[in-house]
Order: sequence, then C-alpha cells, then structure tokens
Amino acid sequence: MTRASTPAPLKSKAVPLLNVQDLRTHFHTRNGIYRAVDGVSFSVERGETLGIVGESGSGKSVTCYSIMGLIPQPPGRIVSGTAFFDGIDLLNCSPRQARSIRGKRVSMIFQDPMTSLNPFLRVSEQIIEPLLIHENISRREALTRALTMLEAVGINDAAKRIHYYPHEFSGGMRQRVMIAMALITKPELLIADEPTTALDVTVQAQIIELIVKMQRELGMAVIFITHDLGVVSGLCDRVQVMYAGRIVETADTRTLFKAPSHPYTRALQRSIPALQSKGTELYTIPGLPPDVSKNIPGCAFAPRCEFATDRCAAINPELIAVDANHAQACLRVQAGDSLART
Amino acid sequence: MSDPILQLTDVKTHFPITRGFLVKRHIGTVKAVDGVNLTVRRGEVLGLVGESGCGKSTLARTILQLVPTTGGTVVLNGRNLATSSARELLAARRDLQMVFQDPYASLNPRMTVFATLAEPLLVHRVCAPTEVAARVAELMRLVGLAPRFMQKYPHEFSGGQRQRIAIARALALEPKIIVADEPVSALDVSIQAQILNLLAQLTKKMNLTLIFIAHDLSVVKHISDRVAVMYLGKIVELGLAADVIERPRHPYTRALVSAIPTPNPETERTRQRIVLAGDPPSPINPPAGCAFHPRCAYAQAQCKITAPLLVADGPTREVACVRLADLA
Repeated sequence: MTRASTPAPLKSKAVPLLNVQDLRTHFHTRNGIYRAVDGVSFSVERGETLGIVGESGSGKSVTCYSIMGLIPQPPGRIVSGTAFFDGIDLLNCSPRQARSIRGKRVSMIFQDPMTSLNPFLRVSEQIIEPLLIHENISRREALTRALTMLEAVGINDAAKRIHYYPHEFSGGMRQRVMIAMALITKPELLIADEPTTALDVTVQAQIIELIVKMQRELGMAVIFITHDLGVVSGLCDRVQVMYAGRIVETADTRTLFKAPSHPYTRALQRSIPALQSKGTELYTIPGLPPDVSKNIPGCAFAPRCEFATDRCAAINPELIAVDANHAQACLRVQAGDSLART
Repeated sequence: MSDPILQLTDVKTHFPITRGFLVKRHIGTVKAVDGVNLTVRRGEVLGLVGESGCGKSTLARTILQLVPTTGGTVVLNGRNLATSSARELLAARRDLQMVFQDPYASLNPRMTVFATLAEPLLVHRVCAPTEVAARVAELMRLVGLAPRFMQKYPHEFSGGQRQRIAIARALALEPKIIVADEPVSALDVSIQAQILNLLAQLTKKMNLTLIFIAHDLSVVKHISDRVAVMYLGKIVELGLAADVIERPRHPYTRALVSAIPTPNPETERTRQRIVLAGDPPSPINPPAGCAFHPRCAYAQAQCKITAPLLVADGPTREVACVRLADLA
C-alpha cells in the first residue's frame, strides 16, 4: 500500500475539505436490502458549519458513519461512492491511511454521552488515548494537554475531575468530556451526531455555545446532524435536508428558512409548534416515512406530498442547482410549477 | 373560572438513600418533589415544564400514587389519594390515567393491541366480556388506528402508532384526568404534531383534563392553557401559557425561555441569550434559601436565606421569587 501517496496538496479555495460523491450505504438484512443512504453527494469547505437535518431513518447518521468507517460490515455495505478528505478517499484507502485521519484530522461526537464513554476507564485515560495513538508524545505531556482541553471545554476543577469515572459526571458534563476528547488532536473536521438531543435546553445552549467557541479557536469545519431546525438556524452556514436516504434540498441557512422550495422542507417547517399559533390545529405531514427496503422508483416523498403528480411517482428527481448555493430535488419545482398551497 | 378537579397541597415525595447490604443505613434524602401546591381545573390542559431532575415526572407519579407521598395531600373528587387504601386507589384510577414517555417501553411486547386495550376494561369490569371487542375497536378508531390491526403486536407499529395505542389504553376507562409524561419527546417532529393534534382533539371531545409534562416549551405553549414551571422539586412560576412563555417573570423561566432555539436564522443570531452557568444542583442537598440562587443573575444575600413562596403576581400569575418587585 502506498502510504500518503498524495503529498499534502496546497489548499486552494476551490478544493473542499471533504467531498462526498454518490455515497450509497445499504444494509443487507433478512427482510431485504435497506437503502439507508442512496446516492448522497455533498461537500464541506474548511471552517464552515454544515447542518444535516432529517427525521429518524432519513440516513443522516449513516452518511456520517460511512465517512468515518463506522458501519458494521456485514450487514452494512458501502455499495458505491467516494469521500475525498484533503485528497484521500476515505472510503477506498488503506485501513492504515484511514486510521491516520480518523480520530486525528476528523473526529466525531455522538448523541448519547451516557453510552459513548467507556464506564470502566477514568476520563483521563479516554481523553489522552487519541494523543497517544496519533502523536509522538509522553503520557505526562498528554495529560497536561488533556487538562488544558478540559479547562477549555468548561469543566471546573479539571485537575481533580480528570481522574473521575464517567458516571461521576452529569449528562452535560459528559458531553463536554466527549467534546474535549474529540478536539484534543485539533481536528480539521468535527462530525457532531445530534450532540444535544439528549440534553436539556439550558444545557443544550451551553454545549452549542461551546462548539461555536471551539470552532472559532481551532478554525475547524463542523458537520452538525440534528432533527431540530431551531438548532440549525442559529448555528449552521449551510443546511441540507435528507429524506429516505437522499438529499432533497440544500441551501445556505437563510435561504432555506426564508425561501424553502422542496415540499418536504416546507412541510417540515410548517409542523414546528413554535411557528404556529395556539389553538389552531398543528400542521402535520400525512402518512409515514417510506420503507427504504422497498425499491422506490420515483420521488420518495411523493406518497405524502400534496403536490405529487403521476410523474413524481415514476421518476426519481435529481438534486439540481437553483442558484449558486441552493439546490433541490423536486420535479415540479424544477419544471417551474408554482406550488402554491391549496 | 371553573371548578377544581384535583388539588395538591404541600405535596412532598422524598426518596431515602441507603447504604449497606443487610443493615441499611439512611445516609441522605432525595427531595424529588418538595412542597408543591397546585390546583388543576376541570377541563383544562396544564403544562408542567422543567429540566430533567426537577421532579416533574415524580410529581406525575405522585398524583397517580405510583410512588408513595412523603407528605401533603392529593385530593381528587374530595378524596385524599395519599391516605387511600389500595382498593380505593384502584377505584380512583378509573378517573386518573397515565400516558408514558417511551411507547417502546410502556407497551407489553407480548400483548397484542387487543389484549392491551381489553385489560383495563376487564379489570374494572366496565363492559361485558362479549362487548369488549366492540369497545376495543371503538377505542382504536378514536385514536386513528384501523381496528383490523387489533391482533398485531407493538413491534409491528411505528413510534407514533404505539403512542396512539398507549393513549387508547389510557382512554379505555373514560377517565376524567390524563397525566401525559413527555408523550411526544421520543417522536419525530412530523409525528409529534400528529400526536399533539390527537391529544388536543380528544381533550376537547371527551371533556378531559390533561396534565401535560414536557421539557419542550414550544410544545407546551401550543397545547396548554396554563403552565407550571418546576425547579428542583418546587413550582417557581405558574400562569397562562402564552403569558409565561412570552413574558416570563421568574429569572429561571427567563433563562429557560431564552435557551429555546428558534427556527429563524435572522432573530436566532442576534437575540440576547441568557446562558445559565453550571448544572442544576442536586436535590439531595439543595441550596439553602431559593434553590435557584447559585445560578441566578439577580440573587442577593436575602435569596440565600429565605425560600420564596409562590405569591400572586397579577390575577392569573404566581411567581416564587423574593426579588419579584425589582425584576423589570
């Protein structure tokens, strides 16, 4: 295997930090093939914050797990796709190359801080692990760095608490420990998979503030996976909406909230209780998300879409750019039909 | 103002912490609910909000007497449930039912929908065994499920459908009060809206009283008539839903409201947010005086000594803060 075959290229503005093309991750189960991610392409620029929103089962987590090489194979299989991170294809490189990037230049934090820390190891051991693996550094130096990091993420009395076990921390504090662990190698890309979903709103506000602060200090890019459009609106530069394993709309945050064009994005926004007055019936999207083990020939949202036509059920729409930073996958919008609500 | 249906007076639910295997030594007390006074009116939707660990779920369980009360009274229809016998409680629970947070855990995986919905009918002998099937079908239609799914098991349903089954089970006895403990927090936004609509419709149609517990203030604002905000086992603010959330008075409610992310990029990036430092303190050794004072921006020496009582602030609002008069 040729290690570091591509010498670190000079970063021009044109080359994105991460470029994912036509990613397809399928799960082979007894009940058929689940097309969890089915043809997803996107890129992340240096220093930008990309939000990925969608309901459970839309493939937002699987997309990121695929990039990180965390898909259990079998039953999972990455059927096709490339994910170039700084010139190296994370999906088709040697395990050794992948290891040199994962946990060092790309890190991930997970939804549930209760289960993503090892309950048997002191927090100190867990935080210095990536340093010992990726950097030629002594334990003592690693511990000093870990201590600085814990202080940076806002853990008081870090010198004492670094030797605690995970159960001695509260949920918000554990998420801080997770963030410290992910950021200790100063990654260029942080993937955050619903990091605040399990937390209370007041703690969520703290954690979001922390991620923004750390991003500013380290200049890293962030992929923020969430189902909460409220979180996205304050945090992300760009948002992509996923449905049934595909991206249905992607735009800069302002455009997505002010002028969403895909019917699913619009329906999702309309069903947020905060935007609806009390006493009125909440808007709901009829039906249920589709079963991704069935082959869906047309647009996956068509059965629930109030604007669907026969064409929608037959043709699978492509993600087509509306303008420079707005693309969407709805046949009717692409055909220029005005989708005024009836 | 309509008549009270449920009255809580100085309700306390404490849990002992013990150490030791054979000889249990009492080493502390978790004061999960610590002196709650609350009147629930017939036909209203009362929202109960607060962070995890503030005691809102314990309060719900105390109302149903699923946990024993340490002190105070829970009066339903003139009967104090806290001192009722098991037989009296069984009868009282016909009027008092609960919907739990996680529809994956609250339904017995080995019971079909029919068995789940028939059980309360048979236990309470509401209808003759021959009529049970018809009643179950009626309940399923009421919550928007097709009766042909009667013989299916919970795993064959999605999360939203399971929550519908749980709601049907709570409705089986035609209760007067339903206590719903975070019924939508495990669901996706689009499904959440369906369940909220269903609950709103049913309360209106069946003239139910609903105690709705949630940590999501926008959901609570949408469904509730009144809102009670809890912090560390006590109610700190109580008032009309729109008032409390749009014009919060208590410093804690203010922080809570300001922490909600709003789905509007314009306002979300410019607005002033109050970020509370630290975690809620432990209910084992709550701070003296006002439990919120260590995190409060308005705290004074007085706040560390006197525990504030819930006092009227205008005709519809009650707030527990010593510095209420000084708050703009």
